[in-house]
Amino acid sequence: MFLANAKVDSVTQIGTNVFLLKLQSDKIAANAKPGQFVNIKVSNSNFPLLRRPFSICNVEGDYFTIMFTSVGEGTLVLQKKQKGEFVDVMGSAGNGFSLDGNYEKAIIVAGGIGAAPFPFLIKELEKIGKEIICFSGGRTKNDCITYEMKNVSTATDDGSFGFKGTVVELLSSEIARYKNERIKIFGCGPNAMLKSLQQFCFTRNIEAEISTESSMACGFGICQGCPVQSATDKNKFLLVCKDGPVFNVKDIELP
Amino acid sequence: MSAVDLSVSVGPLKLRNPILLASGTVGYGNEISEFIDLNKIGGIVTKSLSLKPRKGNTPQRVIETPSGMLNAIGLANIGVEEFLKTKIPFLKKFDTKIICNIAASSVEEYVECTKLLTDEDTISAFEINVSCPNVKEGGLEFGNDKKAVAKITEEVKKVSTKPVFIKLSPNVSRISEFALAAKEAGADAVSAINTLVGTAFDIMTRKPKIKNITGGLSGPAIKPVALAKVLEIRRNVDIPIIGIGGIFSWQDAVEFMIAGASAFQLGTVNFVHPNISETMINDLILYCEKMKIASLKNLTGSFIL
Ligand SMILES: Cc1cc2nc3c(=O)[nH]c(=O)nc-3n(C[C@H](O)[C@H](O)[C@H](O)COP(=O)(O)OP(=O)(O)OC[C@H]3O[C@@H](n4cnc5c(N)ncnc54)[C@H](O)[C@@H]3O)c2cc1C
Ligand SMILES: Cc1cc2nc3c(=O)[nH]c(=O)nc-3n(C[C@H](O)[C@H](O)[C@H](O)COP(=O)(O)O)c2cc1C
Ligand code: FES
Repeated sequence: MFLANAKVDSVTQIGTNVFLLKLQSDKIAANAKPGQFVNIKVSNSNFPLLRRPFSICNVEGDYFTIMFTSVGEGTLVLQKKQKGEFVDVMGSAGNGFSLDGNYEKAIIVAGGIGAAPFPFLIKELEKIGKEIICFSGGRTKNDCITYEMKNVSTATDDGSFGFKGTVVELLSSEIARYKNERIKIFGCGPNAMLKSLQQFCFTRNIEAEISTESSMACGFGICQGCPVQSATDKNKFLLVCKDGPVFNVKDIELP
Repeated sequence: MSAVDLSVSVGPLKLRNPILLASGTVGYGNEISEFIDLNKIGGIVTKSLSLKPRKGNTPQRVIETPSGMLNAIGLANIGVEEFLKTKIPFLKKFDTKIICNIAASSVEEYVECTKLLTDEDTISAFEINVSCPNVKEGGLEFGNDKKAVAKITEEVKKVSTKPVFIKLSPNVSRISEFALAAKEAGADAVSAINTLVGTAFDIMTRKPKIKNITGGLSGPAIKPVALAKVLEIRRNVDIPIIGIGGIFSWQDAVEFMIAGASAFQLGTVNFVHPNISETMINDLILYCEKMKIASLKNLTGSFIL
């Protein structure tokens, strides 16, 4: 893990409230794995005070990108970054997705801004010859992100873009097509979606990894601020920032 | 090599420099050692240890507030036994002071923890966290009860072979009275301050933002309060003080020393700038050179009123 002064290359708006921030840091770019995150000090002042965590969306040479939606003060500051500015970044943090497993088809399931880690994952999965199928969902068309996805089907709660319903309902209606294939699911999104994805995987006994979120203070295991209940030991919490943010669906109980 | 002497003493404990890392903000040292050389700072204070492992509170445990944060971790820790078995071997490798912070729910538990730890050479001192509910007294915090603070200090001192520091709660009207109680019971120093009780609400759901309802406020927001508490102790009680509360820069640290602290602890800042304890060393040297201070310890309590 490093502390880097990353140089802003660009901020690009790719959706109604979806932005890409491209940063330059050879150290972070060289060491990043899909599913890991960076922890960004968005300002030089005490406002906001704590770092903000973001999944690494993609890596290209010395550059890496994050994808974010503007939800509060920190993301508003990021949205206004100018080319050439420097940003204090800690990374790459967390464990990342494991590409291992007995599968030939990787099924990506994203809910809203949960699409963020997948461009990088898809690129790495393709390198090792996996076939990619993507499902992306959101409340409305504006919340459904398909950036750099392959073979993508969409779901929206209001039916404004693709299937009407949740992304997990869409997946359920499609899964029969892959019944004779070896698949592994990679999911990321809000907890409610991850919970139903978890249930979906349990009932069908499908191998899956999910990237989770928690409020955080440090992002590297020293504050104990980001616990998630272990599914195997009721006396134990795991830390989202250090043991995760990616977990096997069998390992955690989502709140 | 600079001619400035950064070494300080906290009672009988000698430190290379006054920079300590606060309990609960460095775990047991391993993660932060990716960012700093522990051999360069004065020492670290472990996460509060209790006799048995504690799982801690249900999330959400942390939330940012203006220039600060609230936490309700619930003293989650691995317990004394596991600490000795798995953390000491790592800490042994460093030439830095390891101060073991102890939290308990009865006087007996404080004593039991101290007994189990005091023979370990790697540990240089104890810091007793009295901001814990006293289970036998219906959950009232030890830190709010002068008699309880005195009793814990006295009993821990009896079994400890190392210096004992009492970490005071700021959630009292006269902190200096608690410092005096600790001193009279034999404490070697006091650490001030622990976090201030606070809360925050989500206005859409009308629920507290942290599950525990209230939490401990830390960070720059509490610095003026912490400084005033250090000053109050300094002016009323003759006991070494470790200053804590909202230190985010070397300038903040210098303020604490001027107000009366012999050493200081960095807490919340480690989450944001995990390398600041090391980068601050040079800044302190430059300050001393500029101010023609030969020995940093001369700064302690040097306020001019
Ligand atoms: C491991 C991890 C990876 C993440 N990856 C991404 C990503 O790739 N893209 C992205 O847009 N966001 C991501 N997030 C969420 C992102 O960190 C928050 O949106 C951001 O911290 C909000 O900061 P803010 O100052 O703008 O909002 P604040 O003013 O802090 O909060 C505004 C709103 O956002 C909510 N919020 C704050 N922090 C979080 C959080 N950590 N998780 C969920 N909601 C939060 C608050 O409850 C509040 O409702 C990730 C979070 C984690 C833990
Ligand atoms: C997340 C967190 C956990 C803490 N855990 C402990 C603890 O276990 N024991 C203790 O004595 N103090 C604990 N503290 C208090 C700090 O050691 C320190 O006294 C306080 O945060 C004020 O300093 P600061 O403003 O520099 O953070 C904790 C603080 C934070 C923020
Ligand atoms: S955010 Fe601090 S331990 Fe995970």
